[in-house]
Amino acid sequence: MRLDTILRVIAKIFIPFILMFGLYVQLHGDYGPGGGFQAGVIVAAGIILYAIIYGIAAAQRAVPPGLVEVMMPLGVAIFAGVGIAGFVTGRNFLDYSNLMHGDMVHGQHWGVFLVEIGVLVTVSSTMLAIFYAFAGRGRE
Amino acid sequence: MEQLINMVLLTLLAAITFGIIRVRNLFAVVVLTSAYSFLMASVMIVLDAVDVAMTEASVGAGISTVLALGALYLTKTEEAEPRYSPLLPALVAVGTGAVLVFGTLDLPPFGRADTPLNTDVGADYLARNMAETDIPNVVTAVLASYRGFDTLGETTVVFTAGIGVLMLLKRWRKAARRED
Repeated sequence: MRLDTILRVIAKIFIPFILMFGLYVQLHGDYGPGGGFQAGVIVAAGIILYAIIYGIAAAQRAVPPGLVEVMMPLGVAIFAGVGIAGFVTGRNFLDYSNLMHGDMVHGQHWGVFLVEIGVLVTVSSTMLAIFYAFAGRGRE
Repeated sequence: MEQLINMVLLTLLAAITFGIIRVRNLFAVVVLTSAYSFLMASVMIVLDAVDVAMTEASVGAGISTVLALGALYLTKTEEAEPRYSPLLPALVAVGTGAVLVFGTLDLPPFGRADTPLNTDVGADYLARNMAETDIPNVVTAVLASYRGFDTLGETTVVFTAGIGVLMLLKRWRKAARRED
């Protein structure tokens, strides 16, 4: 019999809520505390908890290291891409005012939303990549 | 009440700091630094900086602890005896601390309205924010829109740090494989 049954059951119950809370922090950042960085860390923490309880191999099946390594630059590219969209719509770099056909407030909302997604993608994947790199080494 | 909470939190922080210095078992040190970060997050909440508190709790108490434990798994859990006298480092630390405390003597009282921090750009952001972005959390508006360039830089820093760690650890693994 496994001795960590309680941990495994509790983790299984908690991880969906942790990921959900990460999404809440991400999407509610306009109104309450939080944003892409905090949400990224919370999402990564949920997956790291899964890796600690169920083993690194199970976590890497759910979130493959290849995907994580693509996500790291992808988030920066999303952020910079939104910035360049500012150029294309006739404003400065990272000025979102014209993103939604001149509706400034609407454009700012979309700009902030997309930029925060970029932060989420890079931060969560970087935390996971560092964890994978550490955990994958094992004792010599 | 707030003063009482602050005193309790700061006393606990000081006690934990002494604990970190005294304890030789690195596992205990990691747990203590995690508790330190958590108390620090509480201090940030008392200071009404909830965004910072959230970051401190998730990064300081969460991820850093996991990474430190992961590093600890690869090495010994007992701190080695220092080879040199700790007198000079202690002197440098106390000296730096004294200079910093001396520096705070000239700072305006916390939360005063007529400081440059609260009259210059800060007040400008607060006045313009709702009309321009309609984002109630000014912190998010400043981070993602007004100072978006800084945040892009921060994201790039996180990315660069991750790449750096990956390069170091993955290269090491390949070299080890070549030896056997």
